[in-house]
Amino acid sequence: MHIDIDEISKEFGATAALHPVSLSVPSGALVALLGPSGSGKTTLLRILGGLEFPNAGRVLFDGQDATNLTVQQRRAGFVFQSYALFRHMSVFDNIAYGLNARPRASRPPKAEIARRVANLLALIQLPDIGARYPSQLSGGQRQRVALARALAIEPRMLLLDEPFGALDAKVRKELRQGLRDIHDTTGLTTLFVTHDQDEAMELADLVVVMSMGRIEQIGKPADIRARPATPFVREFIAA
Amino acid sequence: MSDAAPALRHPVTTERPLTRWLLIGLVITVLSILLFAPLIAVFVEALRDGLGAAVASLGAPEARSAIRLTLTVAAISVPLNAAFGIAAAWLVAKYDFRGKTLLLTLIDIPFSVSPVVAGLCLVLTFGAHSALGGWLVAQGHPIVFAFPGIVLASMFVTFPFVARELIPVMVEQGRAEEEAALTLGASGWRVFRSVTLPNIRWALLYGVLLSNARAMGEFGAVAVVSGKIRGVTATMPITIEMLYNEYLSTAAFALAAVLTLLALVTLGLKTLLEIRHADALAAARRH
Repeated sequence: MHIDIDEISKEFGATAALHPVSLSVPSGALVALLGPSGSGKTTLLRILGGLEFPNAGRVLFDGQDATNLTVQQRRAGFVFQSYALFRHMSVFDNIAYGLNARPRASRPPKAEIARRVANLLALIQLPDIGARYPSQLSGGQRQRVALARALAIEPRMLLLDEPFGALDAKVRKELRQGLRDIHDTTGLTTLFVTHDQDEAMELADLVVVMSMGRIEQIGKPADIRARPATPFVREFIAA
Repeated sequence: MSDAAPALRHPVTTERPLTRWLLIGLVITVLSILLFAPLIAVFVEALRDGLGAAVASLGAPEARSAIRLTLTVAAISVPLNAAFGIAAAWLVAKYDFRGKTLLLTLIDIPFSVSPVVAGLCLVLTFGAHSALGGWLVAQGHPIVFAFPGIVLASMFVTFPFVARELIPVMVEQGRAEEEAALTLGASGWRVFRSVTLPNIRWALLYGVLLSNARAMGEFGAVAVVSGKIRGVTATMPITIEMLYNEYLSTAAFALAAVLTLLALVTLGLKTLLEIRHADALAAARRH
């Protein structure tokens, strides 16, 4: 799905989290929102997911105005920073949650839900952990379960908030490839937030560098490396 | 250095055996004097004239009315306070707004105000001499010296229990799981039922049990608003006091024993649940 962000701004009380920003994400792209903490990248992601609403500006999905769609209507697969798995549910129930939450008319039958969960567990390469609880999983496993749970709702896009933030360096490298593979398999338009420029440059088709609530530069990793648009970008990617 | 050597033979976080036994002995002594002895005394006094006499005294209309009244009051005030406590804790834990500190202070008022003063406040507000109370009496719905006053007084004193148990738990858990459920398409009510409530169920249970114990045992506030009408507005604690003052020891202590048993059943229930769900409790904490 093609996403357009049109002059979005957001204030929290007196502080401006986003000055009007505009961004166009082509369908099927894998985009990194890169910037230091407080740059507004998570706010932008949450606005896309419908968890925050902008003070001004519009969000368009495939050219349709989606600014006032509720979080449920957005159908965005969202992966949270600390994964936010439901701690009192098994992995199976976590992944099935979105399907079970559908209104009766569009809810798949039980056997179909079980089949889809099994497929998703296979996709994240953890076929045997359905009966376990989140507290019994490693950090990397939790991240992948969160990804499977987000994919279960057949989302229109995938939004990930610091998906590798809570992991150690080795697992981080492995899961980067995992995300790339899942993106390529599903073809979903994917945006992820990161403060790690290596991660952004290595993984993304398109990198959006943000600072202080503004977009500093949008471009392919190689172009940003070769021609940083502002002194901030030059300094940030050199760090 | 030689002085310190023996201390290093046992793990640094444990004390020498002598210290340990002294501390344990002290705790047991204090518990015996303050808790166990009085508890046992209640049952001994109740059974002084035999089990038959005790049971017979409980069959008296006065005692039966008191038991029924106390259980009814608890059955009404505890669920209402649970609902209020969940709403207040939700508000405090999940939203930022002006006056949050003020709200927290208000919730704590029943902890700091004497129950007798609380009872007097209710009498002044709803009594026959106030404008509101006078009107209510004229409509045939008296609050003070009647059943509604007892429920209000019990609710007042048990107000903070559920909210106070829930707030720290909900603050610690944050909003992420609820937000995740929303992005997965769940409605607000479904999120509450399937995510919020299961995550707070233990704290909620403790709050409800504490609130229930206090509602059944409350004396001060209820004594003021109830008017202590025998067989009508006299709850168990009030009936116990009246019987005791009339030297009806067996009847007083038999009723006191029932009240104690109700409290012990509550405690037993809580312990049983803790044992049966030990795994779930541990899992919830480990995450």
